[in-house]
Amino acid sequence: MKCAEFLQELTNYLDGVLDQKTKGELENHLSWCHNCYVVCDTTKKTIEIYRDSQLYELPEDLRSRLRSAIMTKCQEHKKARP
Amino acid sequence: MNTIENKVAAVPVTEELSLVRAAKQGDDAAFEELVRRYDRNVFRIAQHITQNREDAEDVVQEAFLKAYGNLAKFQEQSKFYTWLVRIAVNEALMKLRRRRPERTVSLDEDIKTEDDSLPREIADWSPNPEQLYNQSELREILSKTIQGLPPGFRTVFVLRDVEGLSTEETAAALDLSVPAVKSRLLRARLQLRERLGRYFQKRESGDGIQ
Repeated sequence: MKCAEFLQELTNYLDGVLDQKTKGELENHLSWCHNCYVVCDTTKKTIEIYRDSQLYELPEDLRSRLRSAIMTKCQEHKKARP
Repeated sequence: MNTIENKVAAVPVTEELSLVRAAKQGDDAAFEELVRRYDRNVFRIAQHITQNREDAEDVVQEAFLKAYGNLAKFQEQSKFYTWLVRIAVNEALMKLRRRRPERTVSLDEDIKTEDDSLPREIADWSPNPEQLYNQSELREILSKTIQGLPPGFRTVFVLRDVEGLSTEETAAALDLSVPAVKSRLLRARLQLRERLGRYFQKRESGDGIQ
């Protein structure tokens, strides 16, 4: 397996959706190709860092304000079109 | 090397469906429960796409209001959440188009060249890269980094990797084919990795991909 082929399968590999044969070939490639090992490892870290980052959390006060605005508008919508 | 785990807990579909059915019958408390359940997700998705806090707030309101007004049309063939995400993504993209009329914003915008995402920088990262920075610095870095991605890429990334939708659900929510989602996801992941490397890598350089 060449590096370019490895890259093509990287997303499937990280998502755990490869068949056993392809997975074996990929892991064999990873065992000797340091560059691809690093790319794979740092891509995985990228995903985990974003997933765990709590980026763009909705603050509780804003959350209740938005929710009550939504429900008020829903009521108005209902009254307009019963 | 282990594959990534999906940590996003699945909401039992039956429970969601009974709330949806009650809301369809006019039970506003049931609809409010759906809002409570998904407002954080919709906000996160909207802010990832629009990169603007006010726009994200508007998207949350408009998406739920649209869902409320169109509840009768929801066929229950997908999860309510996937349907809601689809509405929210469309609202968010509309905001983005309004804000940047000079640039076309489309989920179909694709890839300039075949190898635009090929790794150029291979250097390994520090063992715990996220600990190199404090919380607010880290958020700033992550936000700045994802902002640099085309909207079509960051939308796929946030749905798949942040919100934990499956490839099929993402495809359905974005009206894209499964291969299109996979191709964008790969490119989004590789581009983010490359950009984050500037902040996280050890200070030795690699010798290029073969």
